[in-house]
Amino acid sequence: MKQVTERPESSSEARSAAGAGPGPAGTQAHNGRTTGPGTAPAATGAATTKPSVDTPPVFEIEKLTVRYGGKLAVHDVSFDITEKRITALIGASGCGKSTFIRSLNRMNDLIPSATVEGSVRYHGQNLYASEVDAVQVRKRIGMVFQKPNPFPKSIYDNIAFGPRVLGMDGNMDEMVERALRRGALWDEVKDRLKTNAFGMSGGQQQRLCIARALATDPDVLLMDEPASALDPISTGHIEDLMFELKERYSIVIVTHNMQQAARVSDMTAFFTVVVDEASGHRHGEVVEYDETEKVFTNPSDERTEAYVTGRVG
Amino acid sequence: MEASSTAAAGGPRPNLSRGRTPRSVGESIIKALLFVAALISIATTVGIVVSLLAETIEFFSQVGILEYLLGTKWTPLAGGDQKSFGVLPLISGTLYLTALGLIVAVPLGLGSAIYLAEYASPRARRIIKPVLELLAGIPTIVLGYFALTFITPVVLQGIFGIEVLIFNALSAGLALGVLILPVVATLADDALRSVPSSLREGAFGLGASKPQVVLRVVFPAALSGIVAALVLAASRAIGETVIVLVAGGASANLGIDPRESFQNMAAFIAQTARGDIAAQSVEFLTIFAVGTTLFVMTLILNAISIRFVRRFQQVYE
Repeated sequence: MKQVTERPESSSEARSAAGAGPGPAGTQAHNGRTTGPGTAPAATGAATTKPSVDTPPVFEIEKLTVRYGGKLAVHDVSFDITEKRITALIGASGCGKSTFIRSLNRMNDLIPSATVEGSVRYHGQNLYASEVDAVQVRKRIGMVFQKPNPFPKSIYDNIAFGPRVLGMDGNMDEMVERALRRGALWDEVKDRLKTNAFGMSGGQQQRLCIARALATDPDVLLMDEPASALDPISTGHIEDLMFELKERYSIVIVTHNMQQAARVSDMTAFFTVVVDEASGHRHGEVVEYDETEKVFTNPSDERTEAYVTGRVG
Repeated sequence: MEASSTAAAGGPRPNLSRGRTPRSVGESIIKALLFVAALISIATTVGIVVSLLAETIEFFSQVGILEYLLGTKWTPLAGGDQKSFGVLPLISGTLYLTALGLIVAVPLGLGSAIYLAEYASPRARRIIKPVLELLAGIPTIVLGYFALTFITPVVLQGIFGIEVLIFNALSAGLALGVLILPVVATLADDALRSVPSSLREGAFGLGASKPQVVLRVVFPAALSGIVAALVLAASRAIGETVIVLVAGGASANLGIDPRESFQNMAAFIAQTARGDIAAQSVEFLTIFAVGTTLFVMTLILNAISIRFVRRFQQVYE
């Protein structure tokens, strides 16, 4: 609650955004541009300044193409994701945002029919090289999903799961407390760590999932629409949390909520759906990737402009 | 709908009263038929319990209840002084044979379930699952004679060189295991597959390996369903008649040597009911006493499992 009162504008915006259809989203995107990134530095300081060119990339994506059972899902994506920044992936449903983000920590491996071409270099190393172990990749690149998915265990055991399976050394109680503090959840749950995580609210469950991902001390946090199932207040909590987290972690977030993208991200990639005229099959491509402010105020592609102003999608 | 559109503003009141139409009559007939169906199954259950209890009470008017429950010798069909009504050997034989069956079926059944639910390719699954279900369809008399004519002489005496009697607990127990293996495997497979894949993804996303995901997340999340599968399998083994009758022998045995012959309660009932005994004699009444005991045992087992399942059940959206 404390964090909401510090940044009331974010949650009130989110509230209006939650009920907004595609029509009014355009005008609100402008609000998001002016108040969102504009007020963010007040809360988090210098960390939200524009990414400078010399910040090293954490991911270098080159000609990435993903297919499911031979059918194109994402085609020919190339861009770099900057370290210790929040990168938002926006675009209409079915444009491959989720497929793309899942290819950054090889979650697509879990789908037997998925095939990946091109390369994703993570700190210079191709994640899809034959000697790379997907389990090792996911230890360093954590993931938070659209729907909160706590394990049917206690709050404590949920957080301790990652450190335990990775065999991390150290005091487990301290690790759990540190992760819950980073997830901005400690004060709410410190007296009921042994109770089942299913007893928490949806917003708390999602912060638990974020804390659970942080407990293994990853380098990157991938978030696939982390707030889409949450109410505006919980959404505000998650967004506040992201501002704090980007001092330590590189964050990539998929979102359908353009206000959210404008508020929280430094860089934005806009995906669009491409329809194959002959077969009618749809796949996703990246149209534009730039600093968030530029994407929302002065996009270089008209498809981006149509989307961020709410004329399409 | 209404032909008279004059009722638009403050016209005559629309007729909303319940009328007798062919549809409403049909509905009440269907309702009555369904009620009768439910009533018949309830009446049957009550009838069975009442007839069991009536004869059981008659039995206990002739045999002391303590002698029955605590006695260690079960020879109700013997003559004269050899007659003894201690049911403990039958109870222990029932539990012992069930335990042997579970020792076979639990590891194999859970192993196949985990393989099917978590590892098998869709193609392997399409082949293995129907084969398991086919195994469940084998008549128990076939399994019983399989135990008597193959497991005992060929497998136990031949391959392993174990000196078992012709009728022995080991071969009956193995056959019981084969009988309940598909129950364990298919129900545990269902339980594992009902665990939402979001939990698996969450665990993989934290850098867990496949065995860690399966054993630390999916299996515990499916625990209530797995326990229900095991209890159903145990109930099946406790009440199994033919396999024990054919392969297990006919002596109520309080020991634990699997090479000897054992009898369970259901096999005793079947054997005695076939025999030449006078109605309303004490031998005849033992059938009902043992039947009641078996009924109470499975009832307790089911009650425990229901409590356990409720206690650990996770409701996923």
